[in-house]
Amino acid sequence: MDNLVTIKNMTFKRGSRTIYNDISLNVPRGKITAVMGPSGIGKTTLLKLIGGQLTPDSGTVEFNGKNVHAISRNQLFELRRDMSMLFQSGALFTDISVFDNVAFPLREHTHLSESVIKSLVALKLQAVGLRGAANLMPSELSGGMARRAALARAIALDPKLIMFDEPFAGQDPISMGVLVKLIRALNDSLGVTSIVVTHDVTEVLTIADYVYILAEQKIIGEGTPEQIQQSESDLVQQFLQGKADGPVPFHFSAPDLSEQLLGASS
Amino acid sequence: MIDWVAQIGARTISKIAATGRAGLMLFGAIFALPQLKNIRLTIQQIYVVGVQSLLIIIVSGLFIGMVMALQGYTILVDYGAEGSLGPMVALSLLRELGPVVTALLFAGRAGSALTAEIGLMKATEQLSSLEMMAVDPLRRVVAPRFWAGMISMPMLALIFSAVGILGGHFVGVDWLGVDAGSYWSIMQATVDWNEDVVNGIIKSVVFATVVTWIAIFKGYDAIPTSEGISKATTETVVFSSLAVLGLDFVLTAIMFGIE
Repeated sequence: MDNLVTIKNMTFKRGSRTIYNDISLNVPRGKITAVMGPSGIGKTTLLKLIGGQLTPDSGTVEFNGKNVHAISRNQLFELRRDMSMLFQSGALFTDISVFDNVAFPLREHTHLSESVIKSLVALKLQAVGLRGAANLMPSELSGGMARRAALARAIALDPKLIMFDEPFAGQDPISMGVLVKLIRALNDSLGVTSIVVTHDVTEVLTIADYVYILAEQKIIGEGTPEQIQQSESDLVQQFLQGKADGPVPFHFSAPDLSEQLLGASS
Repeated sequence: MIDWVAQIGARTISKIAATGRAGLMLFGAIFALPQLKNIRLTIQQIYVVGVQSLLIIIVSGLFIGMVMALQGYTILVDYGAEGSLGPMVALSLLRELGPVVTALLFAGRAGSALTAEIGLMKATEQLSSLEMMAVDPLRRVVAPRFWAGMISMPMLALIFSAVGILGGHFVGVDWLGVDAGSYWSIMQATVDWNEDVVNGIIKSVVFATVVTWIAIFKGYDAIPTSEGISKATTETVVFSSLAVLGLDFVLTAIMFGIE
């Protein structure tokens, strides 16, 4: 299969803490790949590694056949024109309107006339259902609308890859439904490759073509949504079914409670 | 004991690394001269850090000039030297108070705002999103603010001194009755363009570089939490103020020191 992103034997540490230990994964071109896992295991870090904002301690990350971490800063910036990222917060620029936010990458990277930019922005906003909100400021948008506006900005330059960082976090059911529909529709209509990082199991399994589950510094499960749901791994099943206790313990590692209490009283 | 030594070592390494990052950022900001495309951003920032600081600069300059004239008059009049009030006010303002007080006010008014703004841009992932959109935050965010500070502060210092001299005139001439002719003419005869005005401007440029650099770096390097940004903003004002006062002594020694 033709892969747009290939990660080979990657290890990444923050200080002495290992986030990823020798992981390998592929993101097939034109598909939606979901990366799931418990909070705090470094899902966003993975996107930053793919985008070249962080550098792995060992191993390689290739985007479109190029090693992201073995190229110059200028070449990396050139490469990033083919990828975009939808941040968890939306990361809209708060001092400019929704229209200007979506027009921003077009003004920065193209020499299109203002009238063409105006038409393109209208089309991008139409695609996410926010054409009527073009003149609003980001502070006037709801959380879901802000994320859709950020999505319009993310697709402004027609990238090859869109990385979604927790797109469903904190959304009401309607906004969540809208975002799920948008991710699938944009992927199909624009032919882009999508990586969706999330821990919202139900939503993502309905749209993903391939799923990776990360935990304990490595990939603990992968496959199509059907294969993942039938996985025999206790860890995968605990995550999918949201069990409070299991291989991932409810209690954070600590000394024995009775020992601690008796020790304190003595 | 070993832990203690290790902690000192870790802190030293962390400080050296931060200095290195700050140096690289300054280097990047200086060489990311505002491009034609970004001139508008620099002008916008001159408005934010310069024009919006005018009120505090003018009011402070006016009152400091007035107080200096009042204090100066009470001393000079005992020796019948109240005619020297003009040069006393002008020289104090142009050589010292103009650049120094402007830099301190600038650090409090504009420096803290720059740190908070950039820190919040970092906390809300706006800087990361710029990078992911293949737009260099150094060129887009840091450079316009740095150059705006560099351009604004010397101008603000000159305005501060000019308003202060007028304040001195209001009190000395209009209120206390010093002769207007001697106020202006002795000032004109005493104040030297190179030694007093240009040296004052040089001081302002140095202070502008240091204050803006500290403000921008503290924002750029802030821990992206509310506590981190609050700490960075406080550090901007404290470090800038100390740096300005320390550098003022060094510059004064170089410019006006005893030969």
